[in-house]
Amino acid sequence: MADDPLTIGDTTFTSRLIMGTGGAPSLDVLERALLASGTELTTVAMRRLDPSVSGSILSLLDKHGIRVLPNTAGCYTSGEAVLTARLAREALGTDWVKLEVIADERTLLPDPVELLDAAETLVDDGFTVLPYTNDDPVLARKLEDVGCAAVMPLGSPIGSGLGIRNPHNFQLITERARVPVVLDAGAGTASDVALAMELGCAAVMLASAVTRAQEPVLMAEGMRHAVEAGRLAQRAGRIPRRHFAEASSPSEGVPLLDPERPAFR
Amino acid sequence: MTSTASTLTVSVNGEPRQVAAGLTLDQLVATLTTAPSGVAAALNEDVVPRSRWAATTLVDGDRVEVLTAVQGG
Repeated sequence: MADDPLTIGDTTFTSRLIMGTGGAPSLDVLERALLASGTELTTVAMRRLDPSVSGSILSLLDKHGIRVLPNTAGCYTSGEAVLTARLAREALGTDWVKLEVIADERTLLPDPVELLDAAETLVDDGFTVLPYTNDDPVLARKLEDVGCAAVMPLGSPIGSGLGIRNPHNFQLITERARVPVVLDAGAGTASDVALAMELGCAAVMLASAVTRAQEPVLMAEGMRHAVEAGRLAQRAGRIPRRHFAEASSPSEGVPLLDPERPAFR
Repeated sequence: MTSTASTLTVSVNGEPRQVAAGLTLDQLVATLTTAPSGVAAALNEDVVPRSRWAATTLVDGDRVEVLTAVQGG
């Protein structure tokens, strides 16, 4: 929203939805989904060049003025991730990186030790680092302390669609973070995204929830609205939860009526 | 694959390849793509900036990785 921009590093965004591009059935569907999502920042992966592949995700993003955010998906060590980030900087002309250092293929959970080490190296090398991290408030703080421009905790494993498994941890992270907190991974549907924003996230990053939905373009539009709805609700301040009902109509001025009157029967 | 005086063997994206002695990195990348941007190369796990490709002559046993952006994340 124009009156409530998101600032990461030195850049301001109107949209609070960061999109991934993996899992889409075609480049055409992906293009329409990205436009429906309203995203201004979108991830790509770095892979060996395949001369037989035609059609480029880069030209698609460039055509629509969507900023590219390379990731280090597939890296298991700090060294691999740092080299991949440097190659992405060289190929794409951006010093932004979505830093992923995963521990194992089954869970795709981040390796906290390697992640923190890579984050520190890349920050020192001048990168704007957006780390994919566990929903661990201590690790989030350490990543912020080494100079990351945002922290991106996972709601649940990548591609699982299980939503935010530990909302309390998210609240602990967003309450004290001085950099934007971005839900990364786990969103399955619009309510997961709205919850993330209500818990104080500054933005949401997702891919599979849209690209693997039965109707990716519809879901992309839904996610855009969910981000905005959750953000508005968070800014508005929700009512406290109560154990018992509280009437919303006045208790004074209720007329005294005779329930035995025949007209009521 | 064996190297001779006029050829040498390098690894390109994990595949062994025999190339002419004296081949430079920009000549090698040109056999894969003509894209003027969006491509990066690592030589033996070090990034070689595009501006230095033409001055980088490959030697026997070099490992070259040529990367680009794909859909992901």
